[in-house]
Amino acid sequence: MENAQKSETNNHRLLKKNGSSSKKNEKRGKALVYSSAAIVIIATLAITLFLGYKGIRTFFVFDVSVWNFLTTTDWDGTENSGAFSFIFGSFAVTFLAALVAAPLGIGSAIFMTEIAKKWGQKVLQPVIEILVGIPSVVYGLIGVTVIVPLLRDNVGGLGFSLLAGMIVVGVMILPTITSISADAIKAIPQDIKDASYGLGATRWQTIYKVIIPAALPSLMTAIVLGMARAFGEALAVQMVIGNVKGLPESITDQAATLTSIITLDMPHTTYGSVHNSLLWSLGLFLLIMSYVFIIIIRFVSSRRKV
Amino acid sequence: MEKHSYEVENLNLWYGSSQALHEVKMDIPSNQVTAIIGPSGCGKSTFLKALNRMVEMVPGVKVAGNIKYNGDDILSSKYHPEELRTKVGMVFQHPNPFPKSIYDNVAFGARVKGIRKKAVLDEMVEKSLKRAAIWDEVKDRLNKNAMGLSGGQQQRICIARAIANEPDVVLMDEPTSALDPISTLRVEELIQQLKEHYTIVVVTHNMQQASRISDRTAFFLNGEIIEYDNTDQIFSNPRDRRTEDYISGRFG
Ligand SMILES: Nc1ncnc2c1ncn2[C@@H]1O[C@H](COP(=O)(O)OP(=O)(O)OP(=O)(O)O)[C@@H](O)[C@H]1O
Ligand SMILES: [Mg+2]
Repeated sequence: MENAQKSETNNHRLLKKNGSSSKKNEKRGKALVYSSAAIVIIATLAITLFLGYKGIRTFFVFDVSVWNFLTTTDWDGTENSGAFSFIFGSFAVTFLAALVAAPLGIGSAIFMTEIAKKWGQKVLQPVIEILVGIPSVVYGLIGVTVIVPLLRDNVGGLGFSLLAGMIVVGVMILPTITSISADAIKAIPQDIKDASYGLGATRWQTIYKVIIPAALPSLMTAIVLGMARAFGEALAVQMVIGNVKGLPESITDQAATLTSIITLDMPHTTYGSVHNSLLWSLGLFLLIMSYVFIIIIRFVSSRRKV
Repeated sequence: MEKHSYEVENLNLWYGSSQALHEVKMDIPSNQVTAIIGPSGCGKSTFLKALNRMVEMVPGVKVAGNIKYNGDDILSSKYHPEELRTKVGMVFQHPNPFPKSIYDNVAFGARVKGIRKKAVLDEMVEKSLKRAAIWDEVKDRLNKNAMGLSGGQQQRICIARAIANEPDVVLMDEPTSALDPISTLRVEELIQQLKEHYTIVVVTHNMQQASRISDRTAFFLNGEIIEYDNTDQIFSNPRDRRTEDYISGRFG
């Protein structure tokens, strides 16, 4: 009897002790998590504000016309500079790369999740994870040493071209699109596939009548994420696209993108000059576009059905 | 002589090295409701999925024996499982509508078969939904997503989807186990009406349900058929001790 009582108080004490120390832990954990979140938000805000301030100066301090900046193609570092050819170049590389990478990426995602499951998971998945991690400069190097000469010899021109950019960036975003698409397809519940087979559909019919439509919002998200990566890519593009200012007339022409011009021109400008300020405006444009991509992704993935 | 939709003989089935069905022999009469009962893991679903060859999609499965469907040997390599599955529909334990409109769900099988004409599809969708006793509830929202319906409604959509294929057999694996009592009753009534047009095989854990809706009942245990007879006979006067124990709730 006495014993029981004693052990009860003991238990009580134990509980209490545990309780207070876990409470302390909880507080510490909370503080850690909250401050991490705060830092992320502050950093994002700071970058946005800083870039906004720097980028907008061009139009207020140097009196460059926004319209002129966005629509003309003469880039000479003065108040009359227009960035349209780089904006065009960035969008062209992005869409062309997506044109290559989206069908290939979704195709291989289907292959590794629905057709050759074992092989896909043992071989393809690790390969893709490795590809995601390869730094872009390596893609650029391979582009310069393999793709560019190949294009020069077989397609004509210098080899440095939109086409080279499309291939290099396309291959670069392929693993991103593949792995996100594969996750999306894996998330489709087995029971709706069973329903399809149970109604007499073949594997292909099940893939294109059930699996792809059900995964579509996530597949779109994968493509847009790949495009966002392509849009922001600098190094690999810069190494193969030629960096010629002016609108390309064909896909085999040289071109330039927002990112490649920023990295190439920045060292040659003096701080506070118009030219320098114009580059900040290009950066601001890139930032705005990345917000646009995020909004598109939000919108598309909110339409998920399963 | 009574017509049989299925004649199954010496059916053995293995998942890898473990045998799930042993020498199953069973004739399934046409236009009747056949119930399959037995404790969990005794092979009911496996048997049902062998009847439309869905079981073959499990990796490492091996099937041996004889399954005749309307006289044809469906285990022969010449027989296409897709063709079989358009004639033998299946309804699953959990309602599994596609994340598509009600209309597209019901029209799915026909579209798979290549039917494109809108008038034909319209008529077929309406007829199937009426047969599945859900037309009145959904006729004004055929273009709404089927996932937005209640579980019981979804299951009747799945039944409509299965019968839209104009099968002659409908296999149902515990079709009411995820439903509330009222939806269950509606599905049971539906099964009774459907047997006029279709042969129905229904797996159930619910003894009352089996005795209410079926004409014949098979009792499975450990992958074997212990007893297969008229439902009245099984429930009033079972021949085998194990059947009696099971239906009176003494095990399983
Ligand atoms: N995909 C599978 N792979 C391996 N073994 C399986 C598989 N499906 C079923 N089995 C095994 O086969 C046996 C029969 O399973 P089955 O699903 O047919 O039972 P059941 O009678 O439908 O049970 P329940 O009433 O729980 O649904 C079980 O021992 C089960 O573990
Ligand atoms: Mg089962």
